[in-house]
Amino acid sequence: MNEFWNWDLAFEALPRLLMSFLTVTLLVTVVSTAIAAVLGLVLAILRMSLPKPLAMILKFIIDFIRMTPIVVQLIFAYFAFTSITPLTIGIIIFGIHYATYMAEVYRAGIESVPKGQWEATTALSMSRTRTWVAVIIPQAVRATVPALGNYAISMFKETPFLLMIGVVEMVQAGLIFGGNNFKYIEAITLAGVIFLLASYPTSLLIGRLEKRLAFTH
Amino acid sequence: MDSNIEALVAALPRILDGVWITIQLTLGGAALAMVIAVVFGILARSPRTLVRGFARTVIEFFRGTSLVVQIFWFFFVLPQLGVELHPMAAGILALGLNYGAYAAEVVRGSINSVPTGQWEATTALSMTRAQRMRRVIFPQAWALMIPSLTNLLIHLLKGTAVVGTITIADLTFRLDSLQRDTNTFFAYGLGLVIYFVLAYVLTLIMNALEVQAKHRLGRGESLKEALSLRSPDTGVAAGEAARS
Repeated sequence: MNEFWNWDLAFEALPRLLMSFLTVTLLVTVVSTAIAAVLGLVLAILRMSLPKPLAMILKFIIDFIRMTPIVVQLIFAYFAFTSITPLTIGIIIFGIHYATYMAEVYRAGIESVPKGQWEATTALSMSRTRTWVAVIIPQAVRATVPALGNYAISMFKETPFLLMIGVVEMVQAGLIFGGNNFKYIEAITLAGVIFLLASYPTSLLIGRLEKRLAFTH
Repeated sequence: MDSNIEALVAALPRILDGVWITIQLTLGGAALAMVIAVVFGILARSPRTLVRGFARTVIEFFRGTSLVVQIFWFFFVLPQLGVELHPMAAGILALGLNYGAYAAEVVRGSINSVPTGQWEATTALSMTRAQRMRRVIFPQAWALMIPSLTNLLIHLLKGTAVVGTITIADLTFRLDSLQRDTNTFFAYGLGLVIYFVLAYVLTLIMNALEVQAKHRLGRGESLKEALSLRSPDTGVAAGEAARS
C-alpha cells in the first residue's frame, strides 16, 4: 500500500499547499467576491437606468463576458496588460467575470421589490439616488446574499485556472511538488481534499442561510 | 491588419482543428454528464439510506473537489496507479464527472418538483416504477430542467479551455500560436468570439429542445411553429382568409 500513498511525502506537501491556499486561493476568492458584489450591483442598476440603446449594448457586453471562458479572458488580460502582476490580473478578471453573473441576480432581486415601494418613494418625493440607496437596494440585496455565497464557492473552485497565467495557487504548488518528487498522487489528492473540506461545509451553511432569508423575506 | 488576416488564413486549419477538439470535448463531456446526472439524480431520491448515501457522496465529491484537480488527477495520478488514459479520455472523464455531479442535483430537483398529483395518478393507474418514471414523471421533469442544464452546458464549454495543460491542443491552445504571428487583441479577441458563437449555438439548440419538450406535454407551440417566421397572432389572418 505504501507504494501508492507515501505519508512522508504527504506531510511534506501539506504545508506548501496550505501556504499557497492562504496567500493566493483564499485571497483571490475574497477580494474578487467583493469586486463582483459591488460591480454586479453597479451593472444591474446601470442596465435598468441607462437609455435603451446603451442598456442593450451593456447587456450584450455582460452576455459576452458570461458566455466566454474565464481562462481565455485571463490569458488575454495577461498578455494585454504586461505591466500588471498576474495575481492582480487574476483578481480583477475573476471579479469582473462573476460581476456579470451577480448583475443578473441583482436584477432579479430589484425586480422582486414590489411596485408599491417605487410608488411610495414618488409619493414621498424622494430623489432617485435616495430611492435606490434607502429603499430599493436594501430590499433587493437581502435575497442575493445566498447567491453571492454560491458564486464565491464556484470562484474558489475555479482559482486553479490561474495556473494558466503562471500564478502559483494551490494546485500549481501541488504540481510543482509532484514534479520535483516524480510522484503526483499525494499533492494532487490533498489539493482536492482541501477544496472539498473548505467548500462543502460552506455550501451547507449557505443552504441554511437561504432557507432563513427565504422565510423572513 | 492585412498581415493579421494573412496570419489568420495561414493558421486557419490549426484553429479549426482546435475548434473541433473543443466541440468533441464539450459534446463528449455533456453526454457523459447527462448519463451520470440521470443515474445519480434518480439514485439520490432512493428511499434506501445506503443507496441515497452512496449517490450523495459521489455527487458531493465531484462537485466539491474542483474541475482542474480532477483533470490533473486523471492525467497525472492514474498513470502512476497503472491506468494509462488518453488525454482526451482524461479530459472528457473529468468534465463529464464534474458537470454530471452538478447536473445530478438539477435532475433530482426537477423530479421533486413534478406535482404530487402526477405521482398519485401513476399509482392509481398501477404503473410500475419504471413506467412511471419513463412515461409520466421524467418527461415533465425534463421540461423543467432544461434551462438549468443549458447554463451547465455553457459552463462545461467554458471549462474545456483548461485542457491545454494536459497536452490537448484545443481552441485556447491554438490561439497561443496565432498570437505569435498576430497580436494579443486579434488572437484572443477572435478566440473569445468563437467561444461566444459556440455558446450561442448551444443555447439555441437547448432552447429548441425546451420548446419541443413543452409541446410534447401539450404546453406551448411546436418547434415548427416556433421557428416559422409568420406572426404568432393568426386569429385575424384566419378570419381574413375565411372571408375572401
